[in-house]
Amino acid sequence: MIELKSVAHTYSGTQAIKFRDWKINNGEQWLLLGGSGSGKTTLLHILTGILKPEIGKVFIEDTSIYELTSRKLDQFRGRHIGIIFQRPHLIKSLTIAENLILAQTFAGLKTDQERVTEVLASLDIDHKMHAYPATLSQGQLQRVSIARAVVNRPALLIADEPTSSLDDKNAFAVLDLLLQQSGLNQATLVVATHDKRVKDAFTNTYELI
Amino acid sequence: MSPLKISWKSIWSKPLSSALNMMLVAFGTGILTLLLLASAQISDKLNNNSKDIDLVIGAKGSPLQLILSSIYYIDFPTGNIPQKDADALAHNPWVKRAVPLALGDNYNGIRIVGTDSNFAALYKLQIQEGKLWSGDFETTIGADVARTQQLKVGDSFYGAHGLTGTTDIHKAHAYKVAGILSPQGNVTDNLILTNISSVWKMHDPEEEHDHSKAEDPTAAAEIQDREITSLLIQYRSPMAVVMFPRMVNQSTNLQAASPAQESTRLFSLIGVGVDTLQWFAVLIMLIAAISVFVNLYNSLKERSYDLAIMRTLGASRTKLFLIVIIEGMLLTLAGTVIGIALGHAALGLISHFQESSQAKLNGLLFLKDEIYLLIAGLLIGIFASVIPAIQAYSANISKILSKN
Repeated sequence: MIELKSVAHTYSGTQAIKFRDWKINNGEQWLLLGGSGSGKTTLLHILTGILKPEIGKVFIEDTSIYELTSRKLDQFRGRHIGIIFQRPHLIKSLTIAENLILAQTFAGLKTDQERVTEVLASLDIDHKMHAYPATLSQGQLQRVSIARAVVNRPALLIADEPTSSLDDKNAFAVLDLLLQQSGLNQATLVVATHDKRVKDAFTNTYELI
Repeated sequence: MSPLKISWKSIWSKPLSSALNMMLVAFGTGILTLLLLASAQISDKLNNNSKDIDLVIGAKGSPLQLILSSIYYIDFPTGNIPQKDADALAHNPWVKRAVPLALGDNYNGIRIVGTDSNFAALYKLQIQEGKLWSGDFETTIGADVARTQQLKVGDSFYGAHGLTGTTDIHKAHAYKVAGILSPQGNVTDNLILTNISSVWKMHDPEEEHDHSKAEDPTAAAEIQDREITSLLIQYRSPMAVVMFPRMVNQSTNLQAASPAQESTRLFSLIGVGVDTLQWFAVLIMLIAAISVFVNLYNSLKERSYDLAIMRTLGASRTKLFLIVIIEGMLLTLAGTVIGIALGHAALGLISHFQESSQAKLNGLLFLKDEIYLLIAGLLIGIFASVIPAIQAYSANISKILSKN
């Protein structure tokens, strides 16, 4: 269960952004809607433990994540939260498989080659396992970044604008993969977007005004 | 996946700039290694060859030249001195041991030294095969001479006039190898030793033209008018250090030169060049450090997103700090190791082309001081990467991630 309690954040010199309380039950799939500048990215960062809000608390699985030390929070994030960014950022100097193994070690987990193969296979990209990111297409990279986000079986899977730079066909393909992977790994899914195309796929919506 | 492997792969992902940085570090370290090795080996050789010799007496001229010719056998002698003057000094009460030297001939560039049994005692010579020279034209050769010239006990050879060159050969008499010395680790490895009268007889104009008079019964009587090249002196007491050279320089027509003093003087002359080169090498190392710094700093700008992603994957600040520091250290450490290897290779190459067998350098000798070079390399790596590493440590990942 994920809970947002009376959270507000101010960037220096701007007005405070207040966020409505939000409760997400395990396994639910949510859409976080909001135009640019509405604080969508801020809320995502707060939700993922990247940005400490000025006021309020965030609970993930009964842990108040901002009461953890910096080091513990990093590890908690690595183990329980999978993040998919708008553009797939992989470490260029490592192969696809190594990028996934990196996610395992940084989360403090043991290297599990089988899991890596399994996840890559479920996204139909396992044939590129030993290739370097520079040799993959944008669509393939997007799938790898989904694989990296789910490799540690996170409780929460968060995607930031995963479809906004894609055409209709690819946008729905990625959306399908996200829904399928969150189901497969029993992860709660939150997709932040201003892309109205994906709206119908979700029953739960948290809208920023 | 350890930070070490991540740093390692990051270095390999940009081979050109990594290679450039390594080369800079290697170049600086290489020059330092070369200087270190060469000066250590040269001073070692200088000390080793002159350790038991307190004073050299020879003809007036440059004292340094006298030392170089009579102890290191690399320069030309200053001239000759009368045998009777030398004898008088040799019997001075301050003198414990006096070794006469008569130079002037060579065999394929190896100097033939006329001397007496005191020479063997002074250098504590050990025989490997055969015996020490005793009769005329009998020689005992150094270990290196035997090896390079392929001479065995019983072989004979002709000496040539002068210290180098093989044109003016003394055909009147052949030298015979009576013995071979065991390796001494000093100049004697590269000398041919014989008695003084052999050298005289080689140069006796009568004998050079009259082969039948090879055994001259009056030779001993003529010794009074003979000349030698120089005299190596060992003092009986430390008192002599002050008094004896002054006495020689003032009251005789000869010159006294102290090996210790002249070696120091020689080193202070070379020292200027060594110092300049050393500073030059340090400068190169400094440039290398700055280059590694700029490289890491720039790549950090490109990689700030990578590092932020690593944080979202669960890497702690400390881990990122380590990854950047290790990258810098790996670069400079590899550069240092390559540099040390280069230094040794360069010295090996120099020694390969060296003509003087007396000052031969060895590229395969390692010094304890080279450890300091390695440590210096590591420190440069840390120095160059600490600022980028701190930046990686304190980066605001939310800001970096939201920018893109």
